[in-house]
Amino acid sequence: MKETTAQEDLLRGIWRENPVLVQLLGLCPTLAVTGSVDNAVVMGIATFFVLLGSSVLVSTFKSIIPKEVRISAYILIIATFVTIADMVTHALVPDIWKALGPFVPLIVVNCIILGRQEAFASKNTVWRSTLDAVGMGSGFMVAMLIMGSVREIIGNGSWFGIPLFGGHYQPWIIMILPPGGFFTLGFVLLAMGWKKGREAEAVRPRRWPHGVTTEVGGPV
Amino acid sequence: MRDLFWIFVSSMLVNNFTLVLFLGLCPFLGVSAKIATAVRMGMADIFVMVITSVTVSALNAWVLPHAPYLKIIAFIVVIASLVQIVEMVIRKVSPTLFRELGIYLPLITTNCAILGLALLQTSKGYGFTEGLVYAVGSGLGLTLALVLMASIRETVELSSVPSIARNMGLVLIIAGSLSLAFMGFAGLFSS
Repeated sequence: MKETTAQEDLLRGIWRENPVLVQLLGLCPTLAVTGSVDNAVVMGIATFFVLLGSSVLVSTFKSIIPKEVRISAYILIIATFVTIADMVTHALVPDIWKALGPFVPLIVVNCIILGRQEAFASKNTVWRSTLDAVGMGSGFMVAMLIMGSVREIIGNGSWFGIPLFGGHYQPWIIMILPPGGFFTLGFVLLAMGWKKGREAEAVRPRRWPHGVTTEVGGPV
Repeated sequence: MRDLFWIFVSSMLVNNFTLVLFLGLCPFLGVSAKIATAVRMGMADIFVMVITSVTVSALNAWVLPHAPYLKIIAFIVVIASLVQIVEMVIRKVSPTLFRELGIYLPLITTNCAILGLALLQTSKGYGFTEGLVYAVGSGLGLTLALVLMASIRETVELSSVPSIARNMGLVLIIAGSLSLAFMGFAGLFSS
């Protein structure tokens, strides 16, 4: 693996290697619970907590855990933190817990978390793994916030439950229903593909029409 | 009998695991490029779901009433080890079947559709028979979604698509349209 600095460990997960929007991991919760920003944020916090907790624990015990059973050990650690997250969510925000349904327990099988343990926490120091977990967790939160905001603003005309447009707005109900999740993420990915294409275009040297003798990149 | 039929229809079409409940999206996006692979993945899914459903019925009946806080840990550990055992048995007993389904089994174990089935079956309070019907229905629903998606993607492969849509963006929008179509089944229960 390429050597990275501590700063890179922290920052790359937030946008450049965003676990959801770039690596396309953990899509189930991203699509399922982003019908409103409240749900999306609670889900983001719960996932952040589980990721941070398991990364710290896994990197602490990485020399004790035998290689053959490491995946099972990681899953046990993750499942323990998920149980805590499930109980805390149930106690603090019972309404949202009910709306999230099976998706809080399902953090166990979120590929972002197991992926980070296998790819990073099992090979790096506790401090670096903490930074990495904070970065990736924030990246997940950013994705949840983008998805939740788009879907709630268009689909319900509100943000965090605060009405935005007054009485005349006809909400697009479809955006908070299941198809809206697929459409929103689809269009976000299309937009990112378009942006990437534009950047690649800007880097490529311009080709001048036949007969024009200006040097490429030189003053016109 | 009528109840069982409705559980079946509901889990397969109205509350389709992939397109309505968003469970098991990783294989849905990852393994849906060819129809043949999609069918095998679906078969393996049904198989694991049936095992899971039986296991969960047993856990719910005998273990979890005494230790409800162990729910998540018990489900994931027991299901994962059971699938591992079944995989070994299949490899020994029927190498042909193993070649067909084998590589998908370990992939499926840590798939949210399987744990989702366990959790939903528990929260709906289904017993052994209902759970079994629910598992088969959900598995068939998943297979249906996978095969539909794979058929569309095989066609899209041959048509000219703008370059920005060559990544997952287009696939997700197709999935959205499929999901929209499946919303039509919601009317089945209105009467």
